[in-house]
Amino acid sequence: MTTTAQIQPTFEAWRSKARELLKHGVAPENVDWVDASQTASLLAEVPAKYQIAPNASVKVPAEFLRLAANVCAHTDQRRFAILYRLLHRLALGGEKHLLAMPSDRDMHQCTMWAKAVSRDIHKMHAFVRFRLVGVNEQNGREQFVAWFEPEYRITRLASPFFEKRFASMEWSILTPDECASWDGNKLTFMPGMSRHDAPAADAHDDLWRTYYRSIFNPARLKVQAMQSEMPMKYWKNLPEAEIIHDLIASSDQRVRAMIATPERPVKPAPNNAYLNSLRNKPEKLTSPAPASPVSSP
Amino acid sequence: MELTRKLEILADAAKYDASCASSGAARKDSRDGKGIGSTGGMGICHSYTPDGRCVSLLKVLLTNACLYDCHYCINRRSSNVQRARFTPEEVVQLTLDFYKRNYIEGLFLSSGIVRSADFTMEQVIEVARQLREVHHFRGYIHLKTIPEASQALIDKAGRYADRISINIELPSQKSLDRLAPEKNLTNTMQAMHGIRQRIDENVDAKKAARQIVNRPRAKAPAFATGQSTQMIVGADDSTDALVLHRADELYRDCRLRRVYYSGFSPIPEPSVLLPIKPPPLVREHRLYQADWLLRFYGFDVGELLPKEDPNLDLDLDPKLAWALRNRAVFPVDINRASQELLWRIPGLGTVNVARILAARRWASLTLADLQRMRVNLKKVMPFIIAADHRPHIAQLENANLRQQFLPGPRQLELNFNAPPPTTPADATMVLSGQL
Repeated sequence: MTTTAQIQPTFEAWRSKARELLKHGVAPENVDWVDASQTASLLAEVPAKYQIAPNASVKVPAEFLRLAANVCAHTDQRRFAILYRLLHRLALGGEKHLLAMPSDRDMHQCTMWAKAVSRDIHKMHAFVRFRLVGVNEQNGREQFVAWFEPEYRITRLASPFFEKRFASMEWSILTPDECASWDGNKLTFMPGMSRHDAPAADAHDDLWRTYYRSIFNPARLKVQAMQSEMPMKYWKNLPEAEIIHDLIASSDQRVRAMIATPERPVKPAPNNAYLNSLRNKPEKLTSPAPASPVSSP
Repeated sequence: MELTRKLEILADAAKYDASCASSGAARKDSRDGKGIGSTGGMGICHSYTPDGRCVSLLKVLLTNACLYDCHYCINRRSSNVQRARFTPEEVVQLTLDFYKRNYIEGLFLSSGIVRSADFTMEQVIEVARQLREVHHFRGYIHLKTIPEASQALIDKAGRYADRISINIELPSQKSLDRLAPEKNLTNTMQAMHGIRQRIDENVDAKKAARQIVNRPRAKAPAFATGQSTQMIVGADDSTDALVLHRADELYRDCRLRRVYYSGFSPIPEPSVLLPIKPPPLVREHRLYQADWLLRFYGFDVGELLPKEDPNLDLDLDPKLAWALRNRAVFPVDINRASQELLWRIPGLGTVNVARILAARRWASLTLADLQRMRVNLKKVMPFIIAADHRPHIAQLENANLRQQFLPGPRQLELNFNAPPPTTPADATMVLSGQL
């Protein structure tokens, strides 16, 4: 008999539902996982009629829970079902070694999802850009707001990092799905917001772009290498991305100018006490190579 | 001079330092609400510039005025570049402002040498001191150190920084004498040994602190957790063997975290002593690959670079080149071979080797299993035996095997009506008279 598991798309909701199903020994092929936030209440949940009495406690390795937390943050419709199948095989199917089997189909799929999510978290840590909006008059703390569009539902997973790093500021990170806010003491989560709720620019963006422009070396253009690490989907919220096209377009000209520059002659050393002391040092290593440069073992 | 202009000059002056790592620092954060920042765990690249390089730290010089005359460097005294100088307070403020907006992981501070090594070092340390002691900054700090500075100052720098580094620049004194006459290899190596000693002492002190049962725990003094260096490739005639032997020596004797290889590229203020033609960027890439093989795959330099051929093959990665020279080792059975042997299979990285070792305890692995681990089958197949695969010995012995791995030839077009636009490479060719 098939049962419908209608849950909010969070790790916590999946975990408590999965625990309940597992205790009753419900087989993975008999569960229909439904994302409650997607379907509203079109489908009323069919209360499960369990045939087996609840089992004792369910134990899985902590590593599985870490994997599951990431997988749940993914957006693929199949994630809850495959994750439950993995759990079922792990806990009741006698396949305790599954987590060491990256070649298993379910493990492979879940690992891929978890990896995509953890990459998205990493990119969120990297590409969130805070904008100064004011100062708290009571305690003098600076207040910052950022707008970010992650690919998956990762606000909760990504926020502790910002808490540790920016504990002495007050900050909010707004995303379309869920927003995080730190008031100096407590991290709270709110429903998603829109881009227009966040400030569009910061007075320091110009200085940052100046730095970005100056640290770029036009003689080593590698646009693909840049894009594989900083995909264009993130560009719209990065203040420095506006000047990328100009930097690429002008690099050729700049390199030609370097090559065309006449070579500078060597200027004589100034009379400086420190430089003189360097020159008078006798103990220069004269052997040109390390001990045994070409001896193979 | 206004701040924007200073930033322009002093970031431009710092961009030839390849290092931008922000990983490997001790774990610290600011949850006590006092300061700002955190480190520990993976480094973060907050942006990437179109040269493919990561922007992790605010990388600037305190000043680009310099007494030295290193010919590969835009800041040498013979260069006509515009000079500028930050005050320590300006760098501190810039670091904090950038950090709070999550633009950066921290600061990478270096400096041209003014007055003397000790004077310059003191200025650099003052910035780090203000960040740590006045603003309780817990982000990442990387300080460039001058080997001729006194040991006391280097120690002080290490107490504020997460990483310190000295650039060795070129692998031999002969090359230094020609291109960086003020630099001295012995001094550099001695200073690196000194830093290694401090890092080791600190590791021991931390261990001891952990072992004390009585609370409160003794707190080990803070010291940088690692040092790195940079070698410039292609500015002198050093072979890859010389470069890698030097790197290997540094990894062993001075326990460096990283050696960075920086392919010499044209600079706006060229020197008469330097080649106009830069080395191909792929040489730098091959050196990094070989460096990885030395550190994580159990190779040694002599294996990668046999006596008769002291330069890396630019067309093939060094592991594949080694495998083609040592075909008798293959095929290797992925279901039986030791970890050390699995590491030697072209196309298998350490991560996949660990996966194979874990998975083969439970099942005999097939090609489909490898594919699910995202192994490049085309590359590994001639070299491995799997449950459902055994390569033809003839294939392994085939003289054309190397051909299979080369990048396909590019079709060149001759179009006299609309010739392709010239590139900077063509311009160097014309100037250097080299085809």
